[in-house]
Amino acid sequence: MSEESAVVTGKKPFVPGKSLLTPFNIIAGIIVIVGLFITVLRFTKGLGTVTNLDDNYPWGIWIGFDLLAGVALAAGGYVTSAAVYIFGMKRFHSAVRPAILTGFLGYALVVFALHYDVGRAWRLPYPFIMQQGTTSLLFEVAACVALYLTVLFIECTPAPLEWLGFKKARNIAVKLTMLLTIFGVVLSTLHQSSLGALFLLAPSKLHPLWYSGYLPVFFFVSSIIAGLSMVIFESTLSHHYFADKMDETHMNEKEGVALGFGKAASLVLAGYFSIKVIGIAVDNNWHYLATGYGAWFLVELIGFIALPCLLYAVGVREKNLTLIKWTSGLAVLGIIINRLNVCLIAFNWHLPSEDKYFPHWMEIGISVFIVTVGILVFRFVVTRMPILYEHPDYKDSH
Amino acid sequence: MHEFYVLQEFMLHTKGIVYILMVAILLGMVGFWHFLTGREED
Repeated sequence: MSEESAVVTGKKPFVPGKSLLTPFNIIAGIIVIVGLFITVLRFTKGLGTVTNLDDNYPWGIWIGFDLLAGVALAAGGYVTSAAVYIFGMKRFHSAVRPAILTGFLGYALVVFALHYDVGRAWRLPYPFIMQQGTTSLLFEVAACVALYLTVLFIECTPAPLEWLGFKKARNIAVKLTMLLTIFGVVLSTLHQSSLGALFLLAPSKLHPLWYSGYLPVFFFVSSIIAGLSMVIFESTLSHHYFADKMDETHMNEKEGVALGFGKAASLVLAGYFSIKVIGIAVDNNWHYLATGYGAWFLVELIGFIALPCLLYAVGVREKNLTLIKWTSGLAVLGIIINRLNVCLIAFNWHLPSEDKYFPHWMEIGISVFIVTVGILVFRFVVTRMPILYEHPDYKDSH
Repeated sequence: MHEFYVLQEFMLHTKGIVYILMVAILLGMVGFWHFLTGREED
């Protein structure tokens, strides 16, 4: 099989003498082995052995990073499919499949990570079959994440079905696209905001600069920024590492995707910055800005909201793709910092520093393990299935 | 820090600032949109 035919069919050519022992594989292998070792410890010895969680901090980085940041960064799926299928921006079509795949893997890993925190996996369906009522925000989040994971799974299926040659099943899945996109946008709007609303329960624990009646709005709006930036960020990495898997359409559209998504992210960041400032004004929290926490809040507000907003705008104006790509990394980092601030850093702000939470190395180990599993599965899928190229049997069938 | 004795004073103060901010944001957004799209070809 030639290299060219391998790309269009998705089947990897056999390269004699090519070793699997690449630096990436070795590092990923070590992380996976350590992760599996910690997993065994977690499920045999309990949370106390592998975490620094306590009564003040029942939620650590497995919630702050793996879940809150994970869900926000997986927003690229609904943002991209809404832009292409609902708003009719067909010029971004090549970005849909990688974005949906990233979204699906993101949500799947969020649920996977939740098992480490919750423990007994067989109790995961409990919110639906054994509960006190449906007014809990956690019920709403559980219902939406479960449904949206199912939606993303079905949205993902055309690629593996094309790869396996199941034409009829693939055509049925494609016909559901519009319905699933609308359902996905509704579910995402609900649970992205509900994750912020969870913290409305703790006005005395969360620092006033981060606590606001607008927290659900902040979480939802920032998820759009996370989704747009993540698509640019993921596309940059894919173009670097999987360029040989991309077809001409993907290559031709990449500049337009970066410019279009960068422009949208810049506008949404400007809006997000505005409502964050209004959030301070509504609660009259200006005096807190002169404190240590205030300085950290300003770092987030200026360094990770206003700065990427301006850099995206300059990048779009000057058509500077390198600047847009680097800015997407800054914006993604900003969203992670925001979720960690709300969940951990500005949480329990009254506590003395010796009682503050810092994650155990094994908690960090599990988070790194989960991200690595995501990268490995992403690599497995894009090197085999028609994600970054159109399958020759279905060209122009969208 | 400004002292407030009744809720009405607090609301008047904060709402007043929010209204001023909203005018600034609306004007700022128009300027920002022009900056963002200023070099786009029709």
